[in-house]
Amino acid sequence: MSDQDHQRRRRLAIGLALLTALLLIAGLAAGSEGWSLMQLLHTWRGPDGALIIGEIRAPRTLGAWLTGALLGLAGATAQGLFRNPLADPYLLGSASGASLGVVLVLAASALGGHAISLATADTLARIGLVGAAFAGALLGVLLTLTLARGAQQTTRLLLAGVVVGVVMSAVSDLVTTAAPDALRGKQAFLLGSTGFLGWSSCAALSLGLVLTLPPSWRLSRALDALTLGVDSAHSLGLALPRVRMALVASIALATGLAVSQAGLIAFVGLVAPHLVRRFAPATHGYTLVASAATGGTLLLMADVLARALIAPQEVPVGVLTALLGGGYLIWLLHRRRAT
Amino acid sequence: MTALQARGVSVALGSTQALAEVSLSVAPGWTAIVGPNGAGKSTLLRVLAGLQRPDAGEVLLHGKPLVQWPVRERAMQMAWLAQQGEASGELTVRELVHLGRLPRLGLFTAPSAHDEARVDRAMHDAECTPWQQRRLHELSGGERQRVLLARALAVDAPLLLLDEPTTHLDPPHQVALVRLVQRQVQAGTTVLSVLHDLSLALLADRLVVMAGGRICAEGTRGDPALHAVLTDVFGGAIRIRAIDSRWVALPHLEI
Repeated sequence: MSDQDHQRRRRLAIGLALLTALLLIAGLAAGSEGWSLMQLLHTWRGPDGALIIGEIRAPRTLGAWLTGALLGLAGATAQGLFRNPLADPYLLGSASGASLGVVLVLAASALGGHAISLATADTLARIGLVGAAFAGALLGVLLTLTLARGAQQTTRLLLAGVVVGVVMSAVSDLVTTAAPDALRGKQAFLLGSTGFLGWSSCAALSLGLVLTLPPSWRLSRALDALTLGVDSAHSLGLALPRVRMALVASIALATGLAVSQAGLIAFVGLVAPHLVRRFAPATHGYTLVASAATGGTLLLMADVLARALIAPQEVPVGVLTALLGGGYLIWLLHRRRAT
Repeated sequence: MTALQARGVSVALGSTQALAEVSLSVAPGWTAIVGPNGAGKSTLLRVLAGLQRPDAGEVLLHGKPLVQWPVRERAMQMAWLAQQGEASGELTVRELVHLGRLPRLGLFTAPSAHDEARVDRAMHDAECTPWQQRRLHELSGGERQRVLLARALAVDAPLLLLDEPTTHLDPPHQVALVRLVQRQVQAGTTVLSVLHDLSLALLADRLVVMAGGRICAEGTRGDPALHAVLTDVFGGAIRIRAIDSRWVALPHLEI
C-alpha cells in the first residue's frame, strides 16, 4: 500500500469516526422540538429523561446506524460479488423480496385477528418478521439472478431486478387486498422508518452485523480475485459456488434484517460503497468494513435530518435516503457524461 | 509422462462444434497453438485449464483426470492467463499480482516473506515493478497485459497456459515476452500458448495447428509438412520463410 493510499484510508476512518460521534450526539438530541444540545441537557435532567433518551432516542439512533451498516455491507458485498457497481439490495430484488416476506407476516397476523405492525411487534413477532424477510430476500436475489442468467450483464441484471421488484410488489398488493388490516403496517413499512427501533431491534441488528461482517470480510480475497473475471478467479483455485452461496446468504441476511426492522430504505447500500471507493480505493477487505461504517453514518445522518427538518413532524427516513441517494446518483451520472 | 493431455475432447458452443474429438499431449517446453479465427484454440486452452467442461472426452493432469483434482491443487499446477484479460476494481498492481499466490495461500492465510519475494520476482520478470502502486485503470492496454502476466507468473506453477499473451503489447514487449517464456521454459516450466502472431508462434518449440475445431497438424517449428498445413489452413494467405535462420510468416499478397 502506498503512503497516499494509507493516508486516504486513515482520513476516511477518522472522518467517519468523528462524523458518527457527532451524529450520535445529534441523534440523542433530536426530538419533536428539533434538536439542540441545550434541549438534550434539559430532556436528560427532566423527569422522563431516562425514558425519552434511554428507551426511545438511544436505541433509535444506534439502530439507525446498525441498519445503515447492514445495508452498506450488503451493497459492497453485492457490488464485489456481481462485479457490478449498480448491484445493491434494491436492484437485486432482495429488498423487494424481504418486503414481501414482511407483508406476508403482517397479513397472516391480521387474518389471524392479531394485527401487528413494526411499531407494535413484540419479540416473537419480530423474529417472525426477520425470518420472513430473510427468506424473501434470498428468494428475491435468486429470482433476479435466475432471470438475468447471472450477474455479468448489467442491463439484464437491472431489468431482471426491476421485473422481480414489480412482481413482488404486485404480489404484496394482492396480499394486502386479501388482508386489508395489514395495509397500515405495510404503509409504514414501505416508507422506511427508524421510529420503531427499540433495544430488541438493536440486538437483532447487532447480531446480524456479527453474523455477516466477519464472514464477508474473511471471503474478501475471493471478491478481490473476482475483479480478474470469473474464469481467472476459478483458475486461482477458488471454490466459487461455495463462496457465492455464502456471500448471497450474507447479503440476504443483512438486507432481510435491515428491512424487517426499519422497512424499505433505498440507496444506502448503493451509495456507501461508491463513496468509499471514491475517497479511499482499496481491497475488498477494507471496502466492506468501510462501506458498513459509511452506510451506518449515512443512515444516521438521514435519520437526524428526518427528525429535525420539519419538526415536530418527521420525514420518513426512507423518503429522505431515496431523495439524497437518487440525487447523488444523478450527479454521478451527469459528471461521468461530462467527463 | 506428459503433464497435460486431452483425450477425444469435444465441445459444442450452442449450435457450433467448437472442438471435435481433439487429442493432444502437451510436451515439455513451449508449445504454441495456432489457427484461423474460430478454430477452437481458446476453447481447447479453456478445456485444458479446467475452465470448460468437455461434452465428451477427458483431460488428464499428470495422468489423473482433471475433474478428480481438488481445485486448489489443480490451481497450483497450472497458471492461466485469459485472452484480453479483464480486470476491474480498485486494486493496485501489487495487490493484483498478489492474487497469484491465492492457490498456495487460500483465502485465510497471510502471505509470508517467500510469497512477497515471489510477487516481487513476477513483477520484475513481467517488467511492471515501477507501477506497483498504481491502479489498473491508470495503465495502458499493454501495461495491463504485463501486470496480468505477472499475476500468472506469481502462481509459480509448473504449467503456464497463456491465451493470446501478446495482445496489446508493442514489438519490444512482445520480444520481452518471448524471452520471458524462453527463460521460464529453461527453468523447467511447460508453456502452452494460443498465439495469433504466427511469427512469434514460430519461435515456440512445437506448434499445434487447428482449424474447424480439430487439430490439423503438430510438429516442430522447422517442420516443412507443418508449414504446408499452416499455409493451407490460412487459405494460402501466408508464406513461411527462413530469414536470418528464423522462421517467419509473411502475408502473401498475390492471392
